[in-house]
Amino acid sequence: MDILNAFVALLNYVMIPATAYGAQLALGALGVTLVYGILRFSNFAHGDTMAFGTAMVILATWGLQALGVSAGPLPTALLALPLGIAATALLVLGTDRTVYRFYRREKAAPVVMVMVSVGVMFVMNGLTRFVIGVDEIRFDDGVRFLISAREFKQATGLSEGLALRGTQVLTVVTAGLMVWALFWFLNHTRTGKSMRAYSDNEDLALLSGIDPERVVAVTWIIAAALATTAGTLYGLDKAFKAFNYFHLLLPIFAASIVGGLGNPLGAIAGGFLIAYSEVSITYAFKKVLGYLAPEGWEPEGLVQLLSTEYKFAVSFAILVVVLLFRPTGIFKGKSV
Amino acid sequence: MKKLLMASAAGLALVGAASAEEIKMGISLGFTGPLESMAGPMAQGAELAFKEVSDSGLLLGGDTIVPVRSDSTCIDAAAATAGVERLITVEKVNGIVGGMCSGEATASLQNVAMPNGVVMISPSATSPALSALEDNGLFFRTAPSDARQGEVMADIILEHGINSVAVTYTNNDYGKGLADSFASAFEAKGGTVTINAAHDDGKADYSAEVGALAAAGGDALVIAGYVDQGGSGVLRGALDTGAFDTFAFPDGMVGQKLVDDFGSEIDGSFGQNPASGDAGRDRFLELASAAGFDGTSAYAAEAYDAAALMMLAMQAAGSTDPAVWKDKVMDVANAPGEKILPGELAKALEILKNGGDVDYVGGASVEMIGGGESAGSFREVTFENGEMKVVGYR
Repeated sequence: MDILNAFVALLNYVMIPATAYGAQLALGALGVTLVYGILRFSNFAHGDTMAFGTAMVILATWGLQALGVSAGPLPTALLALPLGIAATALLVLGTDRTVYRFYRREKAAPVVMVMVSVGVMFVMNGLTRFVIGVDEIRFDDGVRFLISAREFKQATGLSEGLALRGTQVLTVVTAGLMVWALFWFLNHTRTGKSMRAYSDNEDLALLSGIDPERVVAVTWIIAAALATTAGTLYGLDKAFKAFNYFHLLLPIFAASIVGGLGNPLGAIAGGFLIAYSEVSITYAFKKVLGYLAPEGWEPEGLVQLLSTEYKFAVSFAILVVVLLFRPTGIFKGKSV
Repeated sequence: MKKLLMASAAGLALVGAASAEEIKMGISLGFTGPLESMAGPMAQGAELAFKEVSDSGLLLGGDTIVPVRSDSTCIDAAAATAGVERLITVEKVNGIVGGMCSGEATASLQNVAMPNGVVMISPSATSPALSALEDNGLFFRTAPSDARQGEVMADIILEHGINSVAVTYTNNDYGKGLADSFASAFEAKGGTVTINAAHDDGKADYSAEVGALAAAGGDALVIAGYVDQGGSGVLRGALDTGAFDTFAFPDGMVGQKLVDDFGSEIDGSFGQNPASGDAGRDRFLELASAAGFDGTSAYAAEAYDAAALMMLAMQAAGSTDPAVWKDKVMDVANAPGEKILPGELAKALEILKNGGDVDYVGGASVEMIGGGESAGSFREVTFENGEMKVVGYR
């Protein structure tokens, strides 16, 4: 019996990575859910908006680094974030003006809007590649590890290492701050309240004098801010590669639908649910059980429920089950 | 009507004249797709050999070679098959350098090349499955099978004093073939493989894969993946969580990019990739730089060798018909005979013309074994102080 080692192994390989990944998904899902709640369509271009935003942040980071500016122990990219958000907001506002507004005025069906967003996705996809290329880019600087596995082993004498990266803590903290700011904005400001009113009942909101174009513009700006932040945190934690953001779209959608599309709280819960299920259901519990089992009872097999190839299948199995039994998601969102 | 008749007569005359002196040869490589950066130098390598022979004027009756390129995409078997079909039925090529990747090469060979009786020599398809493929003697490769790489890697790992490893591979023909051949070779030599798990390329997160590998344990992690794909993702995750300190890298991972991205973090790790330490390689590099392309690019030398072997076999058989010259490929590739290095194709053609025998060595030390694949020489490298060092060849 060695509870401490078992706990550290679980913490190191399941809890910490899944929490950081969950926070990244949650931020992405918040953006998707916001656009769905207020503009009433599933925005497939969200993944590539994240990629574009991150590309802008990287360019600004390089600029700052060339000027000799740094944030000390924190990544320089944090300083560049506002610039990236501004550039991305301009892009999505421009897209809204040139593409989405036309279909909104036509009162196009949601499925048409979804197809339009797929088109926008491909254009943004190409744009990002033109701007920054297709290669993998690492742009994290500052302190990489708060706790490194080797130091932890030496300091505690445990046989299991524990690694905690600066970017993981940063991801969770930033995600928390963003969520708090978003909720505060939606609940306590006039613009936030008008957005909620517009989301609840468009006609009633228009009758009470809410300017729809303003609500739409603010929504896009917030979505751009969420997308850029999520993309940058993901890029800092792993690495930036334009193509990976396209793949990120699937778990993000799974997260927002499981949580309940249009419900911000659901997006956060969905993000963590998907991340934890992806990592923990395919985790091989051999080591953990080996520590916990009495002498001579250690498992010889891997004690793995599913091979890691099936991790996406896990998210989608959850998605199907939720849609079957609670079509509006775990937290009551709009029906899809 | 008269004009039309004259025009078609002129056209026929042109076609007739062309077929008497020009031999068309296909090059089917993945000019677009996941290995597009390698395809350019490979095609240039093959074209370099074709040009060398054309310029010599010694092939058969002074024939010249016209290379025709086709995009195999590396991943889309249907597109590759359509491309090879065009080469054979429209361009009427007498042989094809390609395909590039194992899956696509198998599909185009079985669906088009074999029914039409055209020879394909692949410079870079390395899946062990291709060794056992029923090919009517029409398929050869100048790259070694991954079965051989599996053996070499098993030896290298055991010589480092490591007896238990975890293996992760990229989920395709290349990764699975290499991982399986390595696992069986390693276990046959007394080692233990704790887990043999796939990872998919281009995924958002590799925590789950790293967690499973770490739980299975082992003294080192073998990453049979691509350096610009999931292979790097798994490596990054394993380093960050402290799951493994030592890594073994096969050919898909060994490259300058690995050193650039990971630097001294992978000190103490090692790997191997196909490359020969012979004089032939230096000769090829000189020729390549004179022709204006990078000869060190992966499989460029193998592509040159594939093209050269085809023409030497034609000369030896005295025919451009693949059904005839396919039987001569093994003869010109192996001993006995005069050793032929890159740039000496004219000499080889002359010897063959006079009824002599040649042993083609080329840029990649070609030695054909079994069903027509290169025995393969591998370069062993280690990583020290953030640099890649060549330890030796085997």
